[in-house]
Amino acid sequence: MPKEREQNIWKPRYECMDPEELRQLQLERLQATLNRVFKNVSFYRRKFKEIGFVPEEDLTDIDDIKRLPFTSSEDVSNCYPYEMFAVPLREVVRIHSSSGTMTNPRVVGYTKQDLKTWSELVARILTAAGVTAEDVIQVTFGYGLLTGGLGIHYGAELLGASVLPTSTGRTERQIKIMKDFRTTVLVSTPSYALVIADRMEQIGIDAKTLSLKYVVCAGEPWTEEMRREIEERLFVVATDNYGVSEVIGPGVAGECLEQDGMHVQEDHFFAEVVDPLSGKPVDAGKVGELVLTTLTKEAFPVIRYRTGDLCRLIETKCSCGRTFRRISRILGRCDQVVVIKGINIVPERIGDILKKIGGETPPYQLVATRKGHEDQLEIHVAITESLFYDKMREQRTLVDVMRQKVANFIGITPKIKLVELRSLKRDEKGNIIPFIDERQK
Amino acid sequence: MLTVKTVHTYYDGIHALKGVSIHVSEGEIVTLVGANGAGKTTLVHTICGFLKPAKGSIKFNEHQIHLMPPEKIVSLGIALVPEGRQMFSTLSVEVNLEMGAFLYRHDREYIQQMKEKLFDRFPVLRKRKQQLAGTLSGGEQQMLAIARALMSRPRLLILDEPSMGLAPLIVAEIFKILQGLRNEGTTILLIEQNARAALKIADRGYVLETGKVVLEGTGEYLLGHTEVQRAYLGRGTPHIWEA
Repeated sequence: MPKEREQNIWKPRYECMDPEELRQLQLERLQATLNRVFKNVSFYRRKFKEIGFVPEEDLTDIDDIKRLPFTSSEDVSNCYPYEMFAVPLREVVRIHSSSGTMTNPRVVGYTKQDLKTWSELVARILTAAGVTAEDVIQVTFGYGLLTGGLGIHYGAELLGASVLPTSTGRTERQIKIMKDFRTTVLVSTPSYALVIADRMEQIGIDAKTLSLKYVVCAGEPWTEEMRREIEERLFVVATDNYGVSEVIGPGVAGECLEQDGMHVQEDHFFAEVVDPLSGKPVDAGKVGELVLTTLTKEAFPVIRYRTGDLCRLIETKCSCGRTFRRISRILGRCDQVVVIKGINIVPERIGDILKKIGGETPPYQLVATRKGHEDQLEIHVAITESLFYDKMREQRTLVDVMRQKVANFIGITPKIKLVELRSLKRDEKGNIIPFIDERQK
Repeated sequence: MLTVKTVHTYYDGIHALKGVSIHVSEGEIVTLVGANGAGKTTLVHTICGFLKPAKGSIKFNEHQIHLMPPEKIVSLGIALVPEGRQMFSTLSVEVNLEMGAFLYRHDREYIQQMKEKLFDRFPVLRKRKQQLAGTLSGGEQQMLAIARALMSRPRLLILDEPSMGLAPLIVAEIFKILQGLRNEGTTILLIEQNARAALKIADRGYVLETGKVVLEGTGEYLLGHTEVQRAYLGRGTPHIWEA
């Protein structure tokens, strides 16, 4: 059995569990969860009955979960506010609610034990990100109905760090606190970390004079380039972590200092990656939508919740010693996905590749066309100052490089067209539309 | 060490276990709590081979044991202290003890050694070794039942309601013995209606309800759980269940 506490691992007993033992634990916990939701939540009872699924009869292996229907964010908002709670309200000690664009927000509840579990999970991901009891940690997530602020807060306290609940906004004050209180860990969205870096430059504060060691990032998709920028400008190690309010909030998955994907807390959540359109599991290592099932939540268990977030599942062993599988960084949202020749493509990621080639992202637009029965991906790249080459041959080379790099990344070879900026179609707000589908015509 | 996977067992035509999965790891005390008729004893009898599961599997270390006869299962290192002790009350304490080493019945030396060891652990049994088992007090009988199970040097000791019918002070003593055994490396699966006492010494526990596991967690977690408190611990009157 692994030691009770190791360097940078909060609960080795679980985080370094033997995979076979983990599977049994997941099965036991899933069984208890399904028994409880079947008894206590009419939404799930109805959904299970529709497909004739009785948990006690039909769950013989963890893989049987794949027979169960998905739960969507719409389902959750239709159950507004308390319909999906699995315990009476008197057992609930905390209620959070997501932001969201739908009419009804998504409301989630926590029992006393849920809060303990949550703190424990956040303590794990903070430990993985390098945080210890010696650290002073500044939390710039919103404290309120959203889960971000309070979620990180309680985990950091459990860990024993000194917590500064500065919440969002007032960047100059954040910087002053960071300097005067000798903050060693900053928790923020990646873009806000860069806002802080910008503002520091403006007001003439040298990041080297700060005590900052780590930035723990979450809350939005970001890129490796952004990570390097944060690390270079703030002189820190930046790690990624992932949370969903409907599942628990922060603490679902977090990166270790290897910086190569986020370990899913698999003793508490069962993770699947499915094709966003068909709902079928994707092949190992392929991009798809992350689907999560809670294994220990009491007040608000979710079964096969579709997060809408795109990622890859990484099955290889991590050198940090944890055995939990990892998910890649979040590559985008499912509603951005376009499918060409059966391949899921996020238009934004094409921009990242073009940026790597030219140093900046040129204005571009993806266009899907169809010739006979064959789909074709065209990338229209606007000619800008930096891309404008007098010599035909250099333009040729550039197009070749672009085609090559994109083909390597997505697996199909696009047609690259250099076009004038004004020929790219725009929406009514004047923004370039990232993807145009001309296959229907 | 022991892995029970989605086991269904029928007992007297009743579907008593409905897809139960539990596991016990080396060196743990795991407890099963639940009301009368929840399926605790059925689960124990299924593990020990007295009942055959209709579906599911049971693995003990590397062996699939759910289709094995009880004596084979004992030989792999599982011993049961049955509900109600089940003494041979007209035989002496010493003979009762020897019964526990049935597998080693041709090895006089082994039996002698084990008996000495267990008399050291339970001095009261040495004092009464010539006495008929039926004349022992309840607590002494329970100790004899545990000692008898230990004669086969099990790796997993299963106890079915060891506190039944015993005075709280004696229960505390029995539970202290169990903790001692665990510290020496014996893994323990403890079935108890006295949930509070059992959860206090358990590393982990499962709550069984009408043949299904509805909760799983550390002893501490289950002790603090409102549903468990209400259903099994008689919240508000803790002293009644206190061992």
